[in-house]
Amino acid sequence: MLASFLTVALIVGGAALLSWPLGRFMAALFSGRYASADSLFARIAGSSQDQDWKAYSVALLVFNAVMFAFVFALLSLQHLLPLNPDGQGPASIHLIFNTTASFVTNTNLQHYSGESTWSYLAQLAGLMWLQFVSAATGIAALAALARGIAGHPSMGNFFIDLQRASFCVLLPIALVVALSLAASGVPMTLEGAAQVTTLEGAAQTIARGPAAAFVAIKQLGTNGGGFFGPNSTHPFENPTLWANFIEMAAIIIIPMACVWMFGRMIGRIRHAGVIFVVMAALLLVKITAVLAFEAAPTQAFADLPIEQNVGNLEGKELRLGATTGPLWAAITTSTSNGSVGAMHDSLNPLAGLVPMAGMWLNETFGGVGVGMINMFLYIVVAVFVAGMMVGRTPEYLGHRIEGREMRLAVLALISHPVLILGGTALFAATSWGVDTLNNTGAHGFSEILYEFSSAAANNGSGFEGLGDNTAPWNLATGIVMLIGRYLPILVPLAIVGSLMAKRRSAESVGTLSVESNTFGIMLLITILIFGALTFFPAAALGPIAEHVTLMR
Amino acid sequence: MGHIFPSLRLWIATLAICVFAYAGLVLGFAQTAVPFQANGSIIMQEGRPIGSRLIAQNFTQDRYFWPRPSAADYNGMGAAGSNLSPTSDKLEQRAAETVSRYAAAQDDPIPADLVAASGGGLDPHISLAGARYQAGRVAAARGLPARDVEALINRLAYAPGGVFAPDRIVNVLELNMALDKLGR
Repeated sequence: MLASFLTVALIVGGAALLSWPLGRFMAALFSGRYASADSLFARIAGSSQDQDWKAYSVALLVFNAVMFAFVFALLSLQHLLPLNPDGQGPASIHLIFNTTASFVTNTNLQHYSGESTWSYLAQLAGLMWLQFVSAATGIAALAALARGIAGHPSMGNFFIDLQRASFCVLLPIALVVALSLAASGVPMTLEGAAQVTTLEGAAQTIARGPAAAFVAIKQLGTNGGGFFGPNSTHPFENPTLWANFIEMAAIIIIPMACVWMFGRMIGRIRHAGVIFVVMAALLLVKITAVLAFEAAPTQAFADLPIEQNVGNLEGKELRLGATTGPLWAAITTSTSNGSVGAMHDSLNPLAGLVPMAGMWLNETFGGVGVGMINMFLYIVVAVFVAGMMVGRTPEYLGHRIEGREMRLAVLALISHPVLILGGTALFAATSWGVDTLNNTGAHGFSEILYEFSSAAANNGSGFEGLGDNTAPWNLATGIVMLIGRYLPILVPLAIVGSLMAKRRSAESVGTLSVESNTFGIMLLITILIFGALTFFPAAALGPIAEHVTLMR
Repeated sequence: MGHIFPSLRLWIATLAICVFAYAGLVLGFAQTAVPFQANGSIIMQEGRPIGSRLIAQNFTQDRYFWPRPSAADYNGMGAAGSNLSPTSDKLEQRAAETVSRYAAAQDDPIPADLVAASGGGLDPHISLAGARYQAGRVAAARGLPARDVEALINRLAYAPGGVFAPDRIVNVLELNMALDKLGR
């Protein structure tokens, strides 16, 4: 109990403290405060002219298309290329499509095990490269959004923003994290698997590789895709409790800093404070819930002579302590990270509901850049509803929110449940989903629901018992990830583009202050009603049904 | 389509810096400063690699301590968890098999970590209670005094994270190697 409390305080509190100076640095960086770096970036890109929301969006899409094309080709040709000491063969075309879509969209859903599928070159120059540039894409989009809201005449230049995020934010922090992880035992080698003869004389082959560099950016960029199959439950990805702490803090620090960066760029740091508190409150509720539910012992052991005194241990690693698996589950799904420190499929039923809820809401800090962008959509809705309640024209920071903006915001928000519930319904009703389950009954339904939630939220974690490396799963989740990524980035840019075209009005005493407690509560209620009402029926069929029928 | 050339230039630049320079730096540091960890913490005995300090290997003989169950069958190339729900019948059957292997009984219940499979299937540790539970069997199989084996366990057990994770654990491979040194 005390250990749990201390761990949560250290990880969440520590990351929150560090996010403040980082957010300040990022705001300065994206406001053009470092002119010499910017002129270097302009020379590298050969482009620095200002872009409106359309040009910025097109630039973002073109670069993301280049990302897709290169990595698709690299994964397809890996067996012909160097740095393949374990002789990985060609993968199926639908797995290559799914994996490329997954890493381009910052999702990192993995329908494979890294150590038995990809060469070191594919992992580093393909997947790890995307972990940098897909994260940078999200941060760049947030910078553009903030400039528009702040009243700048343009959204900036995507190619400059992408380099700022990659080289000045992600790279230096990743270097520090990677070196710490290497020092604590995460392998970093180009040697192939180790052949050993165990004490009892059996042969054991142990996969290794350049994991330390990979794991650092996997955590920092809310990517989540592991070097090895079982992600950060694998002792090589997460060798000690201290490495585990560094990795957990690395998940949330940049998403937290993005809120401060947004607040500073629009010149309303108190507004950012209200948003931060709303996000942190939801995160702490989820952490408390998952820790409480996971303290229950493993139900399946109840009738056997087994001594259970530290909660459910199935799918957990002893060196990481009893608390960190569920804590990680809450953090990784509140952000769109998706790495795991315990097997989510083996969480107690209601504990397993918490990560799903995190992905349904998808903005309690959320992915790097995109979490704050998702929150912007909720803010638009909250402001609109509040305006309607008091009978005034809804305004956000002097921008009038009208029918066009609302239609766009609702389109982006509603696409999330449509992708999740529609996909789940289709796969739960057909052999595409039913034949791939690892668990039966309500828990099997949860496996399908989780997979689509993870794809649509660009999260990437899974109820990994699901046999998801099939053509229908690879294609369906690949498409869902692509829609779930670009719609919620482009629509907010379009909304802000539309706001920029209108004349701004001065805020008066009658305007709902976005720095007030009332606004914070309004925002919280909007998020809860959207999340709870939309997904409650699905939750009732899955985790809640399992809990009610099988837990004693 | 003025966006294509900047995109291609960024492709080259980010690949060179964020992949080759970054990974090269981390590789250089790790191989120079911490070569043992960087290459997988492989333990050598009489010049031969016998396993990794971080990766569980299977032990089946009575004279050795046994690791936690592995859904991957201790395959270092195919790590995996069971991914079974805690309410699953399959999990209960698997647990019953483990219980009978240890001959656990109601008056002598087995610690849960020896029955629950780990996340990656390669957890190198067992709990202090899990080690003590096996001490009698190991001591009898080796003809050693039980207190010597108990003392060895106590010497090697450690809390993985001070106040943050006070429950003590033991590395099974290190424990078994120390046991072999003790004799018989």
